[in-house]
Amino acid sequence: MSKAGETRGLRVLPVMEARRETADTVTFELDPAPDTFPFAPGQFNMVYAFGLGEVPLSISGDPGDPRRLRHTVRGVGDVTRALASVRRGDAVGVRGPFGQAWPVEAAAGHDVLIVAGGIGLAPLRPAVCHVLAHRAQYGHVALLYGARTPADLLYARELQAWRGRFDLDVEVTVDRATAQWQGAVGVVTRLVPRVSFEPARTSAFVCGPEVMMRFAARELQRRGVPDDQVFLSAERNMKCGVGLCGHCQIGPLFACRDGPVIRYRTLAPLLAIREA
Amino acid sequence: MSVESLEKVLQSHPFFADLDPGLLETLVGCASNLVFKAGEFLAREGNPADRFFLVREGRVAVEIFRAVGGPLTVETVGGGEVLGWSWLFPPYKWHFDARAVTGVRALAFDAACLRRKLDADKAVGYEVVRRFASVAVQRLESTQLQLVDMYVESR
Repeated sequence: MSKAGETRGLRVLPVMEARRETADTVTFELDPAPDTFPFAPGQFNMVYAFGLGEVPLSISGDPGDPRRLRHTVRGVGDVTRALASVRRGDAVGVRGPFGQAWPVEAAAGHDVLIVAGGIGLAPLRPAVCHVLAHRAQYGHVALLYGARTPADLLYARELQAWRGRFDLDVEVTVDRATAQWQGAVGVVTRLVPRVSFEPARTSAFVCGPEVMMRFAARELQRRGVPDDQVFLSAERNMKCGVGLCGHCQIGPLFACRDGPVIRYRTLAPLLAIREA
Repeated sequence: MSVESLEKVLQSHPFFADLDPGLLETLVGCASNLVFKAGEFLAREGNPADRFFLVREGRVAVEIFRAVGGPLTVETVGGGEVLGWSWLFPPYKWHFDARAVTGVRALAFDAACLRRKLDADKAVGYEVVRRFASVAVQRLESTQLQLVDMYVESR
């Protein structure tokens, strides 16, 4: 059995199940048996589509159930499109888990704000699972989720179940919708003032497009959440996964080794650097 | 609802948070408490903008009417937020439809009454317009983010 954070060589794992989330996004589950696949919320794997290549994918499963390894992938390139087409019985290669996790244990005793944009909910789902499995350790917990349109929302059934809980505030919004949509319309940052939290004792986990994360972090700052209690997931072009190749360098950091989860205080000045 | 309890309701709304009690007393005379059922319109494009709303509970869709294809929702306004600033500027007409998506409880402010008070007391006028400007800036920032269509690039 491997420990969370331990780097391993390539493992070939069979697909147990694949289900479509949206028009271009699929969640698939891999079977690590007879081994298990422990990981910490926020970590990622390098996932190999045979004959095509390897991409970094956040683990979207429940860290409390290491018997199943779950990934959610959006098909945007050759490799991710191939991974978004897997079916039960196919096999994919996996290296990992890699990277720094959401600090869910350090957040104990705090209110927790989980702010997700688009497919950014996938790397945050393990954090939601962990917080809900250890619910008594946290104060007020809220999930704020934004997507482009109602058809782009991930985990629809699970969102509905989470909304039914009395110990979790779930606010969902989309950027554009027709009148048939009964939910909120507007960017995800608009949701921050709608939930109650005590800023000084709040931990915030934010994942989504970089623009969304920047504005979400600023909104949290505006509401008084200290910068060192806001964590972002810095996704870059990870290749080796262990901080050697330099593909995912952000200033002095390597997103694969020092991230993907990085404190906003550390990341903010690096996000402001304009590449030529 | 009595004036006193209306004042408390007004005080508890984030839009007027920390407002000087004297100013609050000036404003409360222009306010009334309203309830809308889901589907009811709070405002219609082109109609006189003779009031604005502080939404207390529920959700209001701000919509652009299209003759073909049905309305498009630009944004929604929920509890703790403000709806409408066309009442502040001539020609005082609503630019969008505003439809209750759920049951809505709101405080409505009579625009003519409020404009008279803002004109008569510049301190009140400045405070109210400053708060509207802050909301307008935040909404503009949100709209700009919507226009960026940022999710298209996300992986």
